[in-house]
Amino acid sequence: MSHITRAVWSFALSELLTGMALTLRAMFRPKATLNYPYEKGPLSPRFRGEHALRRYPNGEERCIACKLCEAVCPAQAITIEAEERADGSRRTTRYDIDMTKCIYCGFCQEACPVDAIVEGPNFEYATETREELFYNKQKLLENGERWEAEIAANIALDAPYR
Amino acid sequence: MAEIFTDTIWPWLVFIWPWIKIPVLILVIIVPVLLSVAYLTYWERKIIGWMQLRKGPNVVGPLGLLQPFADGLKLFLKETVIPSGANPIIFLLSPMITFVLALVAWAVIPFDEGWVLADINVGILYLFAISSLGVYGIVMAGWASNSKYAFLGALRSAAQMVSYEVSMGFVIVTVLFLVGSLNLSDIVRAQAGGIWNWHVVGILAPMCVVFFVSTLAETNRAPFDLPEAEAELVAGYFVEYSSFPFAMFFLGEYANMILMAGMTTILFLGGWHAPFPALEFVPGIIWFALKIAFVLFFFLWVRATFPRYRYDQLMRLGWKVFLPLSLAWVVLVAGIVEFTGG
Repeated sequence: MSHITRAVWSFALSELLTGMALTLRAMFRPKATLNYPYEKGPLSPRFRGEHALRRYPNGEERCIACKLCEAVCPAQAITIEAEERADGSRRTTRYDIDMTKCIYCGFCQEACPVDAIVEGPNFEYATETREELFYNKQKLLENGERWEAEIAANIALDAPYR
Repeated sequence: MAEIFTDTIWPWLVFIWPWIKIPVLILVIIVPVLLSVAYLTYWERKIIGWMQLRKGPNVVGPLGLLQPFADGLKLFLKETVIPSGANPIIFLLSPMITFVLALVAWAVIPFDEGWVLADINVGILYLFAISSLGVYGIVMAGWASNSKYAFLGALRSAAQMVSYEVSMGFVIVTVLFLVGSLNLSDIVRAQAGGIWNWHVVGILAPMCVVFFVSTLAETNRAPFDLPEAEAELVAGYFVEYSSFPFAMFFLGEYANMILMAGMTTILFLGGWHAPFPALEFVPGIIWFALKIAFVLFFFLWVRATFPRYRYDQLMRLGWKVFLPLSLAWVVLVAGIVEFTGG
């Protein structure tokens, strides 16, 4: 383009008007907003959210206190203590996760040989105090009961890729 | 009841009317201006949201219409923090200056034929002077805050407002040449008779663009919002302000935007006149409000479209583009008026 035509276009504010036409068109396009608490986006079956301890269908806890998750945890957020139970099986007496330390890397669920500790699809567990985020075994088992259906479905969906 | 009114209240009202007339008229102007400021913030968030494929505020009240009041209430309930290193008197005085100056300018704005508080013959000069004084509130705020961000923001703002006032002054001069009067009502009357008589059509069209862009710079709006460049200066000259003083800065800034839109309307868009003579039956105040809303939409539209200018680009545009262009137009318009006897 010659200098003269360019100067004429420049004085006619052509670039500015092109830009403004773009934003004006955008104003009438459908909006991308999700009305969050009422609408939610889709989650991958691999989504790593709030932790849960699962049970077998007969009600027995899966965790065998192998402490692999505690060992692999890069943030050292997991604390486990174990003892022999009355029936001779090895079980945890204490299973704590400090959710303020956890970095949600998912190594614990990868390390678990029995799929006991998992990161479920729940991400809305904000609390008003810090102490409420120090999860103990009871809290984790309750999470497992509440989210079992979703967790099992996600594990089944992801199974072909493992 | 009726007798009480006609016998007691009415004579008293007639008696004290000369004293309360001006305060009542001031309220009649100020209250709608402040309401428009509240809803300008709402529309700003809505329109910029739409242009960015978002929905904008839609939670507080139906369609989010109560959002400005929620925001205002939040500001008033907060604590007024005065930094320990600040000069408290100037610190608290400067938001008042900004706010008061943004409101006193409305005294000379003609809303309709004869609807003007002070129909003075130097209206345009008064308006220009008041909008230039606005820089004092900002400079004092930046200085009194005793904070480097506020100080730098104030310096930028002062330089910017002074630079763009020069070309704004010349643009106003071109309008005055054509109209031959400094009275704002006369300027509007000169544009009667339809859209083809407005100054935005014809020889003054480029000056309308220059004026509009200068008002963007004058009100520190995007893309000339360097004084509050949040990337470098946090928030610019009002970083240290909170609660009510902050609200006053905010209200003043937005009232200034509306005022500048009103000024553009009066100078170039035919004030209270309808775009076509057939539409003159609609009251002038409605046309005036619609035109202000139209110009304000441009303010928001520009903000949603353009990135912020760099400081040297801002100065280049003001001094090397707008100033020569408006000067050349002064000569051109003066020549036309001289030779056509217009």
